Amino acid sequence: MANDPISQFNVNRLLPMEVGGYDVSFTNSALFMTLTVALSAGYLIFTTSGRGLIPGRLQSISEMAYEFIANLLRESAGNEGMKFFPLVFSLFVFILVANFFGMMPYFFTVTAHIIITFALAMLVISTVVIYGFWRNGLGFLKLFVPSGVPGVLVPLIVLIEVLSFLSRPLSLSVRLFANMLAGHITLKVFTGFVISLAGAEVLGVFGYIAAILPFVFAIALTALEFLVAFLQAYVFAILTCMYLNDAIHPSH
Amino acid sequence: MTDADKKPEDQSEISDVELSRRLNKLDAKLGAERKVRVEKKRKEEAPPPQGLAQAFRLSTEFVAGVVVGGGIGYGIDWLAGTAPWGMILFLLLGFAAAVLNVMRSAGLVAESNMRLVRDDVEQSPASKPPEKDK
Repeated sequence: MANDPISQFNVNRLLPMEVGGYDVSFTNSALFMTLTVALSAGYLIFTTSGRGLIPGRLQSISEMAYEFIANLLRESAGNEGMKFFPLVFSLFVFILVANFFGMMPYFFTVTAHIIITFALAMLVISTVVIYGFWRNGLGFLKLFVPSGVPGVLVPLIVLIEVLSFLSRPLSLSVRLFANMLAGHITLKVFTGFVISLAGAEVLGVFGYIAAILPFVFAIALTALEFLVAFLQAYVFAILTCMYLNDAIHPSH
Repeated sequence: MTDADKKPEDQSEISDVELSRRLNKLDAKLGAERKVRVEKKRKEEAPPPQGLAQAFRLSTEFVAGVVVGGGIGYGIDWLAGTAPWGMILFLLLGFAAAVLNVMRSAGLVAESNMRLVRDDVEQSPASKPPEKDK
Protein backbone atom coordinates (compact mmCIF):
# COMPACT_ATOMS: atom_id res chain seq x y z
CA MET A 1 0.00 0.00 0.00
CA ALA A 2 1.23 3.44 -0.89
CA ASN A 3 2.79 5.52 1.83
CA ASP A 4 1.12 8.87 1.13
CA PRO A 5 -1.78 9.78 3.36
CA ILE A 6 -4.32 10.37 0.59
CA SER A 7 -4.22 7.16 -1.40
CA GLN A 8 -6.18 5.32 1.29
CA PHE A 9 -9.25 7.20 0.05
CA ASN A 10 -8.90 6.10 -3.57
CA VAL A 11 -11.98 4.47 -4.99
CA ASN A 12 -11.00 1.48 -7.10
CA ARG A 13 -13.17 -0.50 -9.44
CA LEU A 14 -13.37 -4.10 -8.32
CA LEU A 15 -15.98 -5.25 -10.83
CA PRO A 16 -16.13 -2.83 -13.76
CA MET A 17 -19.70 -2.43 -15.00
CA GLU A 18 -21.47 0.03 -17.22
CA VAL A 19 -25.19 0.60 -17.64
CA GLY A 20 -26.46 3.00 -20.28
CA GLY A 21 -23.22 4.92 -20.48
CA TYR A 22 -22.99 5.33 -16.70
CA ASP A 23 -20.20 3.80 -14.70
CA VAL A 24 -21.86 1.61 -12.09
CA SER A 25 -18.81 -0.46 -11.21
CA PHE A 26 -18.70 -2.34 -7.95
CA THR A 27 -15.97 -0.39 -6.15
CA ASN A 28 -14.15 -0.88 -2.89
CA SER A 29 -16.47 1.79 -1.50
CA ALA A 30 -19.49 -0.25 -2.53
CA LEU A 31 -17.86 -3.35 -1.08
CA PHE A 32 -17.44 -1.74 2.32
CA MET A 33 -20.94 -0.30 2.29
CA THR A 34 -22.23 -3.79 1.57
CA LEU A 35 -20.07 -5.21 4.36
CA THR A 36 -21.32 -2.51 6.73
CA VAL A 37 -24.95 -3.29 6.01
CA ALA A 38 -24.34 -7.03 6.10
CA LEU A 39 -22.49 -6.90 9.41
CA SER A 40 -24.93 -4.58 11.18
CA ALA A 41 -28.06 -6.31 9.89
CA GLY A 42 -26.57 -9.75 10.43
CA TYR A 43 -25.46 -8.91 13.95
CA LEU A 44 -28.79 -7.45 14.98
CA ILE A 45 -30.79 -10.30 13.48
CA PHE A 46 -28.49 -12.96 14.91
CA THR A 47 -28.28 -11.54 18.42
CA THR A 48 -31.97 -10.82 18.80
CA SER A 49 -33.18 -14.07 17.26
CA GLY A 50 -32.87 -15.84 20.61
CA ARG A 51 -35.29 -13.34 22.18
CA GLY A 52 -33.92 -14.11 25.62
CA LEU A 53 -35.92 -12.49 28.39
CA ILE A 54 -32.62 -12.08 30.20
CA PRO A 55 -30.31 -10.90 27.43
CA GLY A 56 -26.88 -12.36 26.97
CA ARG A 57 -23.86 -10.19 26.26
CA LEU A 58 -24.43 -9.96 22.51
CA GLN A 59 -28.15 -9.36 22.83
CA SER A 60 -27.42 -6.67 25.42
CA ILE A 61 -25.43 -4.71 22.87
CA SER A 62 -28.31 -4.78 20.41
CA GLU A 63 -30.74 -3.75 23.12
CA MET A 64 -28.48 -0.96 24.30
CA ALA A 65 -28.26 0.40 20.77
CA TYR A 66 -32.04 0.26 20.52
CA GLU A 67 -32.57 1.96 23.88
CA PHE A 68 -29.95 4.60 23.12
CA ILE A 69 -31.56 5.72 19.87
CA ALA A 70 -35.10 5.30 21.17
CA ASN A 71 -34.39 7.58 24.13
CA LEU A 72 -32.58 10.08 21.95
CA LEU A 73 -35.48 10.27 19.54
CA ARG A 74 -38.12 10.38 22.26
CA GLU A 75 -36.31 13.15 24.08
CA SER A 76 -35.80 15.40 21.09
CA ALA A 77 -38.85 14.70 18.93
CA GLY A 78 -41.40 13.39 21.41
CA ASN A 79 -43.40 10.18 21.12
CA GLU A 80 -44.65 11.17 17.71
CA GLY A 81 -41.10 11.07 16.41
CA MET A 82 -40.90 7.35 17.15
CA LYS A 83 -42.36 6.59 13.73
CA PHE A 84 -38.98 7.68 12.35
CA PHE A 85 -37.14 5.26 14.60
CA PRO A 86 -36.21 2.89 11.74
CA LEU A 87 -34.66 5.78 9.79
CA VAL A 88 -32.66 7.20 12.68
CA PHE A 89 -31.56 3.79 13.93
CA SER A 90 -30.43 2.66 10.47
CA LEU A 91 -28.51 5.88 9.92
CA PHE A 92 -26.84 5.65 13.31
CA VAL A 93 -25.84 2.02 12.95
CA PHE A 94 -24.68 2.46 9.36
CA ILE A 95 -22.47 5.42 10.19
CA LEU A 96 -21.17 3.84 13.39
CA VAL A 97 -20.24 0.56 11.77
CA ALA A 98 -18.80 2.28 8.68
CA ASN A 99 -16.67 4.52 10.93
CA PHE A 100 -15.43 1.58 12.95
CA PHE A 101 -14.70 -0.37 9.78
CA GLY A 102 -12.56 2.58 8.75
CA MET A 103 -10.46 2.12 11.88
CA MET A 104 -9.29 -1.32 10.75
CA PRO A 105 -5.92 -1.25 8.97
CA TYR A 106 -6.25 -1.57 5.17
CA PHE A 107 -10.01 -1.02 5.36
CA PHE A 108 -11.73 1.62 3.31
CA THR A 109 -13.50 4.45 5.14
CA VAL A 110 -16.85 4.89 3.45
CA THR A 111 -17.82 7.96 5.48
CA ALA A 112 -14.67 9.86 4.50
CA HIS A 113 -16.24 10.64 1.14
CA ILE A 114 -18.46 13.68 0.99
CA ILE A 115 -20.74 12.19 -1.63
CA ILE A 116 -21.72 9.42 0.81
CA THR A 117 -22.31 11.72 3.76
CA PHE A 118 -24.09 14.25 1.58
CA ALA A 119 -26.42 11.56 0.29
CA LEU A 120 -27.19 10.56 3.90
CA ALA A 121 -27.77 14.20 4.87
CA MET A 122 -30.05 14.78 1.87
CA LEU A 123 -32.00 11.68 2.87
CA VAL A 124 -32.62 13.25 6.27
CA ILE A 125 -33.45 16.71 4.96
CA SER A 126 -35.77 15.48 2.22
CA THR A 127 -37.56 13.35 4.80
CA VAL A 128 -37.98 16.44 6.96
CA VAL A 129 -39.23 18.61 4.08
CA ILE A 130 -41.58 16.01 2.57
CA TYR A 131 -43.01 14.87 5.89
CA GLY A 132 -43.23 18.47 7.12
CA PHE A 133 -45.32 19.58 4.15
CA TRP A 134 -47.36 16.38 4.16
CA ARG A 135 -48.25 16.69 7.83
CA ASN A 136 -48.55 20.46 8.26
CA GLY A 137 -49.31 21.62 4.74
CA LEU A 138 -48.17 25.19 4.24
CA GLY A 139 -48.03 25.53 8.02
CA PHE A 140 -44.59 23.99 7.71
CA LEU A 141 -43.40 27.37 6.39
CA LYS A 142 -44.03 28.78 9.86
CA LEU A 143 -40.69 27.20 10.65
CA PHE A 144 -39.12 30.19 8.94
CA VAL A 145 -41.08 32.86 10.78
CA PRO A 146 -40.03 33.20 14.41
CA SER A 147 -42.65 34.57 16.75
CA GLY A 148 -42.32 38.03 18.23
CA VAL A 149 -40.40 39.61 15.36
CA PRO A 150 -41.35 43.20 14.46
CA GLY A 151 -43.14 43.37 11.08
CA VAL A 152 -40.43 45.35 9.32
CA LEU A 153 -37.81 42.75 10.05
CA VAL A 154 -39.84 39.73 8.95
CA PRO A 155 -38.60 39.54 5.32
CA LEU A 156 -34.97 39.79 6.43
CA ILE A 157 -35.40 37.24 9.22
CA VAL A 158 -37.21 34.85 6.91
CA LEU A 159 -34.37 35.08 4.41
CA ILE A 160 -31.83 34.38 7.12
CA GLU A 161 -33.89 31.50 8.49
CA VAL A 162 -34.20 29.99 5.01
CA LEU A 163 -30.44 30.22 4.51
CA SER A 164 -29.93 28.67 7.92
CA PHE A 165 -32.22 25.81 6.94
CA LEU A 166 -30.47 25.33 3.61
CA SER A 167 -27.09 25.14 5.30
CA ARG A 168 -28.20 22.12 7.34
CA PRO A 169 -27.52 19.38 4.80
CA LEU A 170 -24.13 20.91 4.14
CA SER A 171 -23.12 21.19 7.79
CA LEU A 172 -24.47 17.72 8.50
CA SER A 173 -22.48 16.09 5.71
CA VAL A 174 -19.32 18.19 5.97
CA ARG A 175 -19.02 17.52 9.69
CA LEU A 176 -18.99 13.76 9.32
CA PHE A 177 -16.86 13.73 6.18
CA ALA A 178 -14.29 16.25 7.42
CA ASN A 179 -13.83 14.52 10.75
CA MET A 180 -13.27 11.13 9.21
CA LEU A 181 -11.01 12.46 6.45
CA ALA A 182 -8.89 14.63 8.73
CA GLY A 183 -8.62 11.93 11.37
CA HIS A 184 -7.43 9.29 8.95
CA ILE A 185 -4.95 11.61 7.27
CA THR A 186 -3.49 12.66 10.62
CA LEU A 187 -3.18 9.05 11.68
CA LYS A 188 -1.44 8.12 8.46
CA VAL A 189 0.94 11.08 8.66
CA PHE A 190 2.00 10.27 12.21
CA THR A 191 2.49 6.60 11.54
CA GLY A 192 4.41 7.63 8.41
CA PHE A 193 6.79 9.61 10.65
CA VAL A 194 7.51 6.49 12.64
CA ILE A 195 8.56 4.57 9.54
CA SER A 196 10.55 7.47 8.06
CA LEU A 197 12.46 8.20 11.27
CA ALA A 198 13.19 4.60 12.14
CA GLY A 199 14.21 3.85 8.58
CA ALA A 200 16.47 6.88 8.10
CA GLU A 201 20.03 5.56 7.75
CA VAL A 202 21.62 8.92 8.60
CA LEU A 203 20.10 8.87 12.06
CA GLY A 204 20.97 5.29 12.87
CA VAL A 205 19.90 4.29 16.35
CA PHE A 206 18.80 7.83 17.12
CA GLY A 207 16.15 7.40 14.49
CA TYR A 208 14.56 4.66 16.53
CA ILE A 209 14.61 6.81 19.65
CA ALA A 210 13.13 9.76 17.78
CA ALA A 211 10.44 7.51 16.33
CA ILE A 212 9.04 6.87 19.81
CA LEU A 213 7.39 10.27 19.98
CA PRO A 214 5.22 10.01 16.82
CA PHE A 215 4.53 6.40 17.77
CA VAL A 216 3.05 7.49 21.10
CA PHE A 217 1.07 10.17 19.28
CA ALA A 218 -0.25 7.62 16.83
CA ILE A 219 -1.48 5.44 19.69
CA ALA A 220 -3.21 8.38 21.33
CA LEU A 221 -4.71 9.45 18.01
CA THR A 222 -6.05 5.96 17.42
CA ALA A 223 -7.91 6.14 20.71
CA LEU A 224 -9.21 9.58 19.80
CA GLU A 225 -10.31 8.35 16.39
CA PHE A 226 -12.37 5.59 17.99
CA LEU A 227 -14.06 8.21 20.13
CA VAL A 228 -14.64 10.41 17.09
CA ALA A 229 -16.05 7.46 15.15
CA PHE A 230 -18.72 6.97 17.80
CA LEU A 231 -19.24 10.66 18.39
CA GLN A 232 -19.88 11.50 14.76
CA ALA A 233 -22.49 8.78 14.47
CA TYR A 234 -24.06 10.13 17.66
CA VAL A 235 -24.03 13.73 16.42
CA PHE A 236 -25.54 12.70 13.10
CA ALA A 237 -28.30 10.82 14.90
CA ILE A 238 -29.10 13.58 17.37
CA LEU A 239 -29.23 16.24 14.65
CA THR A 240 -31.49 14.00 12.58
CA CYS A 241 -33.79 13.78 15.60
CA MET A 242 -33.80 17.55 16.02
CA TYR A 243 -34.54 18.19 12.35
CA LEU A 244 -37.33 15.63 12.43
CA ASN A 245 -38.72 17.50 15.40
CA ASP A 246 -38.92 20.59 13.20
CA ALA A 247 -40.99 18.63 10.71
CA ILE A 248 -43.35 17.45 13.43
CA HIS A 249 -43.69 20.72 15.35
CA PRO A 250 -42.87 23.55 12.94
CA SER A 251 -44.69 26.30 14.85
CA HIS A 252 -42.43 28.94 16.29
CA MET B 1 -53.48 -16.40 50.77
CA THR B 2 -56.65 -17.41 48.98
CA ASP B 3 -55.85 -15.01 46.15
CA ALA B 4 -52.45 -16.50 45.66
CA ASP B 5 -53.93 -19.98 45.57
CA LYS B 6 -56.47 -19.03 42.98
CA LYS B 7 -54.12 -17.34 40.55
CA PRO B 8 -52.44 -20.33 38.91
CA GLU B 9 -55.85 -21.79 38.09
CA ASP B 10 -56.93 -18.55 36.48
CA GLN B 11 -53.86 -18.39 34.34
CA SER B 12 -54.28 -21.83 32.93
CA GLU B 13 -57.60 -20.99 31.29
CA ILE B 14 -56.81 -17.41 30.37
CA SER B 15 -58.78 -15.98 27.47
CA ASP B 16 -57.43 -13.86 24.64
CA VAL B 17 -59.49 -10.90 25.78
CA GLU B 18 -58.13 -11.15 29.26
CA LEU B 19 -54.61 -11.48 27.92
CA SER B 20 -54.84 -8.40 25.75
CA ARG B 21 -56.44 -6.49 28.62
CA ARG B 22 -53.47 -7.35 30.80
CA LEU B 23 -51.06 -6.47 28.03
CA ASN B 24 -52.70 -3.09 27.64
CA LYS B 25 -52.49 -2.52 31.37
CA LEU B 26 -48.82 -3.43 31.39
CA ASP B 27 -48.23 -1.20 28.38
CA ALA B 28 -49.86 1.76 30.10
CA LYS B 29 -47.89 1.10 33.26
CA LEU B 30 -44.61 0.82 31.36
CA GLY B 31 -45.42 3.97 29.41
CA ALA B 32 -45.98 5.97 32.58
CA GLU B 33 -42.88 4.49 34.15
CA ARG B 34 -40.79 5.28 31.08
CA LYS B 35 -41.97 8.88 31.01
CA VAL B 36 -40.89 9.38 34.59
CA ARG B 37 -37.60 7.65 33.98
CA VAL B 38 -36.75 9.64 30.87
CA GLU B 39 -37.65 12.86 32.63
CA LYS B 40 -35.49 11.93 35.62
CA LYS B 41 -32.56 10.90 33.48
CA ARG B 42 -32.69 14.12 31.53
CA LYS B 43 -32.32 16.07 34.74
CA GLU B 44 -29.64 13.87 36.23
CA GLU B 45 -27.16 13.45 33.43
CA ALA B 46 -26.78 14.52 29.85
CA PRO B 47 -25.75 11.83 27.34
CA PRO B 48 -22.04 11.08 27.81
CA PRO B 49 -19.93 12.98 25.27
CA GLN B 50 -22.10 16.08 25.00
CA GLY B 51 -19.28 18.61 25.27
CA LEU B 52 -17.10 17.27 22.49
CA ALA B 53 -20.13 16.52 20.35
CA GLN B 54 -21.19 20.12 20.66
CA ALA B 55 -17.74 21.37 19.75
CA PHE B 56 -17.87 19.36 16.53
CA ARG B 57 -21.26 20.78 15.74
CA LEU B 58 -20.36 24.43 16.26
CA SER B 59 -17.32 24.31 14.00
CA THR B 60 -19.17 23.24 10.89
CA GLU B 61 -22.43 25.12 11.47
CA PHE B 62 -20.68 28.41 10.88
CA VAL B 63 -18.79 27.42 7.75
CA ALA B 64 -21.87 25.83 6.23
CA GLY B 65 -23.94 28.99 6.68
CA VAL B 66 -21.40 31.23 4.97
CA VAL B 67 -20.76 28.74 2.16
CA VAL B 68 -24.44 28.24 1.42
CA GLY B 69 -25.06 32.01 1.48
CA GLY B 70 -22.15 32.69 -0.84
CA GLY B 71 -23.16 29.82 -3.11
CA ILE B 72 -26.73 31.04 -3.47
CA GLY B 73 -25.53 34.59 -4.14
CA TYR B 74 -23.14 33.31 -6.78
CA GLY B 75 -25.94 31.28 -8.36
CA ILE B 76 -28.25 34.28 -8.49
CA ASP B 77 -25.52 36.39 -10.08
CA TRP B 78 -24.88 33.68 -12.62
CA LEU B 79 -28.56 33.44 -13.52
CA ALA B 80 -29.50 37.12 -13.41
CA GLY B 81 -26.18 38.66 -14.36
CA THR B 82 -26.19 40.98 -11.38
CA ALA B 83 -22.60 40.30 -10.36
CA PRO B 84 -21.28 41.08 -7.83
CA TRP B 85 -24.28 42.34 -5.87
CA GLY B 86 -26.06 39.03 -5.30
CA MET B 87 -22.94 37.47 -3.92
CA ILE B 88 -22.19 40.42 -1.64
CA LEU B 89 -25.74 40.49 -0.30
CA PHE B 90 -26.10 36.76 0.18
CA LEU B 91 -22.65 36.35 1.65
CA LEU B 92 -23.66 38.81 4.36
CA LEU B 93 -27.01 37.10 4.83
CA GLY B 94 -25.21 33.76 4.95
CA PHE B 95 -22.94 35.18 7.62
CA ALA B 96 -25.99 36.19 9.64
CA ALA B 97 -27.50 32.73 9.15
CA ALA B 98 -24.20 31.17 10.21
CA VAL B 99 -24.11 33.20 13.42
CA LEU B 100 -27.71 32.16 14.04
CA ASN B 101 -26.78 28.52 13.46
CA VAL B 102 -23.93 28.70 15.92
CA MET B 103 -25.93 30.53 18.58
CA ARG B 104 -28.67 27.95 18.20
CA SER B 105 -26.34 25.01 18.47
CA ALA B 106 -24.85 26.57 21.56
CA GLY B 107 -28.33 26.97 23.01
CA LEU B 108 -27.96 30.73 23.34
CA VAL B 109 -30.92 31.43 21.09
CA ALA B 110 -34.07 29.48 21.79
CA GLU B 111 -34.76 27.54 18.63
CA SER B 112 -38.39 27.98 19.43
CA ASN B 113 -40.67 26.79 22.14
CA MET B 114 -41.41 23.58 20.39
CA ARG B 115 -37.98 22.23 21.21
CA LEU B 116 -39.14 22.06 24.78
CA VAL B 117 -42.31 20.21 23.90
CA ARG B 118 -42.09 16.69 25.17
CA ASP B 119 -44.40 13.86 24.39
CA ASP B 120 -47.82 15.10 23.50
CA VAL B 121 -47.97 18.41 25.31
CA GLU B 122 -48.56 20.81 22.48
CA GLN B 123 -47.06 24.13 23.54
CA SER B 124 -45.12 25.30 26.52
CA PRO B 125 -44.97 28.86 27.84
CA ALA B 126 -42.63 31.18 26.00
CA SER B 127 -40.91 32.25 29.18
CA LYS B 128 -39.26 28.87 29.72
CA PRO B 129 -35.47 29.08 29.23
CA PRO B 130 -33.86 26.95 26.54
CA GLU B 131 -32.50 23.96 28.41
CA LYS B 132 -32.16 21.69 25.44
CA ASP B 133 -28.41 21.61 25.00
CA LYS B 134 -27.38 21.56 28.60
